[in-house]
Amino acid sequence: MPDFGTLKNENKILGREMTPASVYFTRRNFIRAGVLAASAVATGVVYRQLNPVGADTGPAVRTAKIKGVQIPAATATSEDSGFMVNEPETPFEDITHYNNFYEFSTDKEEVATVAENFETAGWTVSVEGLVNKPKIFGLDDLLKIAPPEERIYRMRCVEAWSMVIPWVGFSFSKLLNVVEPLSSAKYVAFQTLLDPARMPGQRSGVLNWPYVEGLRMDEAMHPLTILASGIYGRALPPQDGAPVRMVIPWKYGFKGIKSIVKIKLVEAQPPATWNVYAPNEYGFYANVNPHVDHPRWSQATEQRIGEPGRRPTLMFNGYEAQVGHLYAGMDLRKYF
Amino acid sequence: MQQGDIRFVKMLVLVNGLTPLALLVWDQSRHRLGANPQNFLILTTGMMTLIFLMLTMAVTPVRKVFGLNWLIQLRRMFGLFAFFYGCLHFLCFYSLDRAFSLSSTLHEIVARQYLWFGITALLAMVPLAITSTNGMIKRLGGKRWRALHRLAYVAAIAGAVHFFMQVKADVRLPLAFAALLAVLLGYRLLDWWRRSKRAPATAAAVKS
Repeated sequence: MPDFGTLKNENKILGREMTPASVYFTRRNFIRAGVLAASAVATGVVYRQLNPVGADTGPAVRTAKIKGVQIPAATATSEDSGFMVNEPETPFEDITHYNNFYEFSTDKEEVATVAENFETAGWTVSVEGLVNKPKIFGLDDLLKIAPPEERIYRMRCVEAWSMVIPWVGFSFSKLLNVVEPLSSAKYVAFQTLLDPARMPGQRSGVLNWPYVEGLRMDEAMHPLTILASGIYGRALPPQDGAPVRMVIPWKYGFKGIKSIVKIKLVEAQPPATWNVYAPNEYGFYANVNPHVDHPRWSQATEQRIGEPGRRPTLMFNGYEAQVGHLYAGMDLRKYF
Repeated sequence: MQQGDIRFVKMLVLVNGLTPLALLVWDQSRHRLGANPQNFLILTTGMMTLIFLMLTMAVTPVRKVFGLNWLIQLRRMFGLFAFFYGCLHFLCFYSLDRAFSLSSTLHEIVARQYLWFGITALLAMVPLAITSTNGMIKRLGGKRWRALHRLAYVAAIAGAVHFFMQVKADVRLPLAFAALLAVLLGYRLLDWWRRSKRAPATAAAVKS
């Protein structure tokens, strides 16, 4: 019979071999502190992945300078015409890193990164429909129609934030005059590029692609309505609608269709993407109006990017004197 | 799991729950919250509320499926974190969006359906936070306390709807939250159904 007693004795751990309680607990605490710190770092990393805003401001934007931009003189006339607004301009950094451009991303802070390498070489814009002289313009030809002017406009997003943007462009009417609209033309229909390879946001069905918009003829002909090709004296960065976009300063931002490839003059009111998506929330006219709320939020005030607090929203975004007559007698609650 | 271990796990939850807030404050102090910091603060605190509501709802299913009974001891912390971030979310809205105007806050809440759901979720969490102490559990009695704390379902559902309703077009993320919530609630429904089926059967067996 084996001597269990001896075995037991051999297996016995001697007191001096045992880790002292104090050391054991210090070691455990040490490990725990490490686990705690590591987990906090991991959480922080996950947070940073989801919110890259704070980590880096994204790629620097350096597009070409536009030559010969005519600056509106800061006179009473230019302010009266609405060509410039006497409010602080929104920083270039914000204008180029806070963009609603679903063709690239539905995350406003992410558009700049996704759109960074958007290629616009060989871009053409077809102007067609009810015109005497339909034409497919190369970008250079298009931008040669009129000298570039600086226009400092308020930009009011339907989401109740706003900016002041120094655009470069010229009145859209100058383009229309070149193609000579027929008298039967009542509306202008616009279309953005459709190319999911270059515009990855188009691979998801968030909206119906391509993005389309429309203006009434008198709206399109108004001198405030511009075909823009730049901001801050430089060519439009991709995230802001390169190479050419519309800017209609008295309307919500989504009317300013970006990266335009087709302009068609038509007789009937053309479809407009957001209006088709939710007709009760986004009207065809989409004039800025503090008295007509979006069904889900107030339009009475706005948050000016770069400013604390909120500003009251102005009727027609502050361009009532210039454009109010276009809508005389119209029920703006019905035609919002 | 030993008492010391659970205390450590609670510490883990506390530190990790506060990490996003610390980063938020840090980024804000360096003006690195992007072009629209107000909006970012509102969105992020709302998101944290939803995440902790989901964690709270996940405790019971995960505990039962994986047999991790000690998880129940974390539920109160998850719930209180949800309430904490929910309050911050409301404070951000009240201060940054409504400029500390009580009347405009109330007006806005009445006028906007998505805010009805948001305020419902927040108010539903108030009695839960108040009765979260051991003393309150004792005073109410387990049965009544459990009945009251079914309000957590109201908070979670209302919170998910609130998030879904305020999105403009890209509903993928709100749908993900809703799907997760559906799974967590679906598990409870299934569990309840299985138990109610079993209960009469055993009762019948005892009778015969």
